[in-house]
Amino acid sequence: MCLAVPMKLVRSEKSIGVVELSGIEREVSLDLVPEAKIGDYLLIHAGFAISIIDEKEAKETIETIREYLSYGEENGVS
Amino acid sequence: MGFLDSLDDPTASKNVIKEIVRLSSKLNKPFKIMEVCGTHTQTISRYGLRKLLPQNIVLISGPGCPVCVTASSYIEKAIALARKNYHITTFGDLMKVPSGTKSLEKEKAEGAQIDVVYSPLDALKIAKSSKSQIIFLAVGFETTIPAVCATIQKANEENIENFKILSAHKIIPPPLRILASDPELQIDGFICPGHVSVIIGSKVYNFLPSEFQKGCVVSGFTALDILTSIKILLEQKVNGKLGNINNYKRVVKENGNPFALELIEKFFEKEDAVWRGFGVIPKSGLKLKKEWEKFDGGLIDVNYDEPEDFKGCRCGDVLKGIIPPKDCPLMGKICTPSNPVGACMVSSEGSCAAYFKYERNSDV
Ligand code: SF4
Repeated sequence: MCLAVPMKLVRSEKSIGVVELSGIEREVSLDLVPEAKIGDYLLIHAGFAISIIDEKEAKETIETIREYLSYGEENGVS
Repeated sequence: MGFLDSLDDPTASKNVIKEIVRLSSKLNKPFKIMEVCGTHTQTISRYGLRKLLPQNIVLISGPGCPVCVTASSYIEKAIALARKNYHITTFGDLMKVPSGTKSLEKEKAEGAQIDVVYSPLDALKIAKSSKSQIIFLAVGFETTIPAVCATIQKANEENIENFKILSAHKIIPPPLRILASDPELQIDGFICPGHVSVIIGSKVYNFLPSEFQKGCVVSGFTALDILTSIKILLEQKVNGKLGNINNYKRVVKENGNPFALELIEKFFEKEDAVWRGFGVIPKSGLKLKKEWEKFDGGLIDVNYDEPEDFKGCRCGDVLKGIIPPKDCPLMGKICTPSNPVGACMVSSEGSCAAYFKYERNSDV
């Protein structure tokens, strides 16, 4: 039940935002993330954005994933 | 969808598993990890991670499925309210939860006004266009509680008088303390719930290493997130440096979401609460503060039957990690997702439901 989905904020008016994922748009409340900006990826749960996804951290995770891609070869483990 | 697409990768997962194998070979006894959150349970089952990991890594599911830990008496009360002509609104997961022979779904089929909503805001919308008393079944952990707070705030601002909630809200740290100190369970490390932590922050779990000498890691929900979290716990063990690591920094901050925390503080206070499987856990539930009692459906006086749980259901033991779902004799025989005997088979993130759907076939 704590499932939350990242969606991109495309429009907003006051505390109501419109978020988008794969062409599907949905209205959400921005009450819990008042600092959200258009273009941010937001984590959506039960009609509310509960967090702004930190792009820098997400990219760092992707970097770590890249490192793991070559892990086996470097360490001689298979 | 942009950069977020690359957050999972099967080849990377394979390589993390190799590292897990290497680390786990240094341990001389089984390493027990509890994944607290039901959504983690679902990922673990869906990707068959249990089978991919070395045998001495034991994954146990915890109490982090709000529907599963909700006491039957709550369902009875909701049904009693529906029978008194209150219009019930609820998240879909609760509809099938059995209490004796009853469930909200059956009540609805018999004509009670019960509607499934996606958001508490939808329940408020129904209230605005209705003359009935609307009661929203407020079940959920810290992830969901702020959404309910913001909805009550709105109801208050707009003077909506026919909207109330029936709170079974629960908070995660109190059962973690109980599980960490259980001498029978002997858990080595915890995978802490990602989206609860979005709200409460990662540093809340510092007590696990400092008071209970348990490693812990806040994790995201891809297979790779979970595998790297397991790897972190193993590294802590092998290096003898237990700690609290945030492995989900892209959404979880150390201090959580301050706006959400402020709202929880404004509307709710802690109370003792019953958790299925655990009984009463002191100060683990939330009820509306006195000044908001006009929104408190819990204060409505209704009589309801003492709930009977189906004989033989081991949900309680499953939720505490005492037995895995497969050890329940009713699993897959009398108890299935279309005909659930216990709450753990209802929600898709319940351990019994996840096991039934993804792992049972490879076991039988
Ligand atoms: S399989 Fe069904 S009866 Fe058995 S513990 Fe799980 S929910 Fe209860």
